[in-house]
Amino acid sequence: MKTIVGLEIHVQLATATKLFCGCSTDYRDDEPNTHCCPVCLGLPGALPRLNRKAVEYGLRVAKALDMEVLEESEFARKNYFYPDLPKAYQVTQYDKPLAVAGTVEIEDDEGHEKIVRITRVHLEEDPGRLVHVSGGSKYSLVDYNRSGIPLLEIVTEPDMRSPQEARRFLNKLRTILEYLGVFDGDREGSLRVDANISLEGSVRVEVKNISSYRGVEKALTFEVTRQKNLLRRGQTVTRETRHFMEGRGITTSSRSKEEEHDYRYFPEPDLRPLRVAGWVAEIDLPELPVARKNRFMVQYGISLNHARTLTGDPKLADFYEEVAHLDPALAATWVADILLGELNYRNMSIAAVPPGRIAELLGLLKSETITDAAGVQVLREMLDACAAGRPCEMPAMIVKRENLGKTMGDDFTATVQAVIAANPQAVEDYRNGKSGALNFLVGQVMKETRGRADPRELGRIVSESIDIGEV
Amino acid sequence: MAGSLNFLPDDRYNAFITTCREAPFGDGALAGVAVAVKDNISTAGIQTTCGSRILEGYIPPYDAHVVELLRREGAAIVGKTNMDEFGMGSTTETSAFGPTRNPVDTERVPGGSSGGSAAAVAAGLVPMALGTDTGGSTRCPAAFCGIVGLKPTYGRVSRYGLVAYANSLEQIGPMARTVEDASRLMSVIAKYDPRDSTMLDRPYDHQPSADIAGLRIGIPEEYFGEGVDPRVAETVRDAIGVLDNLGADTVPVSIPGMQYALAAYYVICTGEASSNLARFDGVRYGPAVDTRKTWHEAYQELRQANFGTEVRRRVMLGTFALSAGYAGRYYAKAQVARRNIRQDFERALRDADVIAGPTMPTVAFRLGEKTDPLSLYLADILTAPANLAGIPAISVPCGRVDGLPVGLQLMGRQFEDERVVDAAFAYEQEVRR
Repeated sequence: MKTIVGLEIHVQLATATKLFCGCSTDYRDDEPNTHCCPVCLGLPGALPRLNRKAVEYGLRVAKALDMEVLEESEFARKNYFYPDLPKAYQVTQYDKPLAVAGTVEIEDDEGHEKIVRITRVHLEEDPGRLVHVSGGSKYSLVDYNRSGIPLLEIVTEPDMRSPQEARRFLNKLRTILEYLGVFDGDREGSLRVDANISLEGSVRVEVKNISSYRGVEKALTFEVTRQKNLLRRGQTVTRETRHFMEGRGITTSSRSKEEEHDYRYFPEPDLRPLRVAGWVAEIDLPELPVARKNRFMVQYGISLNHARTLTGDPKLADFYEEVAHLDPALAATWVADILLGELNYRNMSIAAVPPGRIAELLGLLKSETITDAAGVQVLREMLDACAAGRPCEMPAMIVKRENLGKTMGDDFTATVQAVIAANPQAVEDYRNGKSGALNFLVGQVMKETRGRADPRELGRIVSESIDIGEV
Repeated sequence: MAGSLNFLPDDRYNAFITTCREAPFGDGALAGVAVAVKDNISTAGIQTTCGSRILEGYIPPYDAHVVELLRREGAAIVGKTNMDEFGMGSTTETSAFGPTRNPVDTERVPGGSSGGSAAAVAAGLVPMALGTDTGGSTRCPAAFCGIVGLKPTYGRVSRYGLVAYANSLEQIGPMARTVEDASRLMSVIAKYDPRDSTMLDRPYDHQPSADIAGLRIGIPEEYFGEGVDPRVAETVRDAIGVLDNLGADTVPVSIPGMQYALAAYYVICTGEASSNLARFDGVRYGPAVDTRKTWHEAYQELRQANFGTEVRRRVMLGTFALSAGYAGRYYAKAQVARRNIRQDFERALRDADVIAGPTMPTVAFRLGEKTDPLSLYLADILTAPANLAGIPAISVPCGRVDGLPVGLQLMGRQFEDERVVDAAFAYEQEVRR
């Protein structure tokens, strides 16, 4: 049974001020209702004034997704009552959106390239936010700091065929938005998704309230299972709106009256129609992920996998380009495989890592001053320092202090002898031709010497020592 | 010299909702001049109710653009004038603060919705006042009270701070006893404000001139037809005769779209109003909602209790006109009618420089006379077309019928407010002599 998925994505555009007033959008950690004015509070008599930057950002996205920008687009009022909506209407775009008909290329579940069509993108304002007081209070609080934050709504055609594809699409879209510099993915709630999902031949269900990338796959996977189970039992799927409960990983039916809206759209009389198709030609797009990935493979001679990983995040790609000069292949391995893993483990951002220090570390590795194992230790010390907000020491200093410099084989003779003496069974196994036994003995020596020795060289020394002992 | 004005008016006509006993003023073109402001224009620190219970006690934290300009030119803002609730009416009887009486005849309405401003000026409490005009609300009360009222070209005066009733139709306009004072006030308030996106940078800075030789005055038959009191029509024809004698030429013109004007006007203004007034929910200002109820219930009860009958009627009409399945039949068609009327005026204003007719089809009604909403809506038939077309229109007193004032209405091309002011000024100068 084919799964059919279409998405509506609300992206907060990273402008400095709100969509229709001069209030700052950077309200993180600030008190509620401190980034407000008559306009975003919807006070009687206040009028909207369109933020030019938000339009430019929207057009950047439209151009990057290869869309057609309408000669004339128009703002409209979407009327509905809700306590977080101060004017009781949202200024959005309805039948004349900013741009239509674009594409995003993703990989399907078999690893083949496929196109997801973009129906439209349009600009609109974010409502405020309700804060529910805990402890069964009879009232809720409203915070209007978010009210008027510019949103770009991106609507896809129902072109995705699995929850995994939907996730890959979102990752791709996010990367593009980050490359365009119009979006701050680290910001809470900066990307929110409504998903339409149906099984072929059955009705469509809308899942609202998904606020993370992982959430989309989780919510859709739950829906596929739920809908399949219904059909298997001979029941039918109801056409409805469901809410995703992020914490429980399930969707629940929302049958409240508020869902049965007639939004009574009409053109916003306080704003003039938008004629910005002419701006598109003047927009210089930065190098986008696909182009950068291809360039990485050609310019640095690195693998497709490395190139894809490194260009998946513009900050990571920039970082790589800063440290690649010494040895592109070595840098790719260390940044894409080792550094990224360590960052994920610590939940750290690449922005916190000084590229100069990593370049120095790569220099030590390239000159074989330290071994890979010692390199990892040095890296971990540096990242721990960064994470704790301490200054990041020079790798050479760490090597010196911790005595991690690569040592010549001779220095390990005593340790090798001790390990051989302590593990007669392994020595016996080695003599009987079990190759794993040698690795075990080398590992023991590595452990004793804290990774300073080159494992290949050690293998030679250990086997020689055993052979000599035999004579 | 800055100072403050003691304002303790004998408000026997109920022209004011709020008065400022000590009104500060400064230097400038209107230094020390007492100006009354209609109560739907935001004034920082002074209650702004729109004539409605739902905004009782609301003190705006900011000044409307026009109020900023008044203060900058030294005017003393002495009070906020009574009005039909949210501007919805032509008599000032729908105000939650009681009706205003017409100073010419206290048994009569002053017209509306800027009835308080008109009465304050006509009674001599202030020399000038700000009104607002969505479908005739400065011109109607000006005509009924025997003063001058101007509706500027749409986009000439900033609406920032004007509590919206019907955004695409309304403008703030000056009201005064003389054309010269109206023009003076217009020179202060018509300055560019980037906060109003529907505005153009076309400031008004004009000294009225009475030289109208060669001015072509269009006379539309539709303005003298059915529904217009023949004695009012006659009075206005006489006034046009005066202009003719001053060297103007009259030409017949036609506005065939007039037959759909009122229907279009009421669909558009109620549609926009239904959206504009939805924000009055008792959450941020005005009487507080009952938090023990669910919010849907609480909103409903608050709006039921605090909006007057006429406001609720228009909100419901507008909600209906914009509803799915009906918007095409009403809202979309109204836009077509509006476009036709605009084109009719453009065509007529190729043959003529200004268009003249009565402001109102009748003289002022008796208080309580108009109880049927439809007959009241019909009273806007001659004023609403200028709002649909976005063109400037002025009402200047031109005689009396049964002792009650009649207004001559002069309409012009977009952004030719100066020309209608000049024509009105020429008439006024001639009859005063």
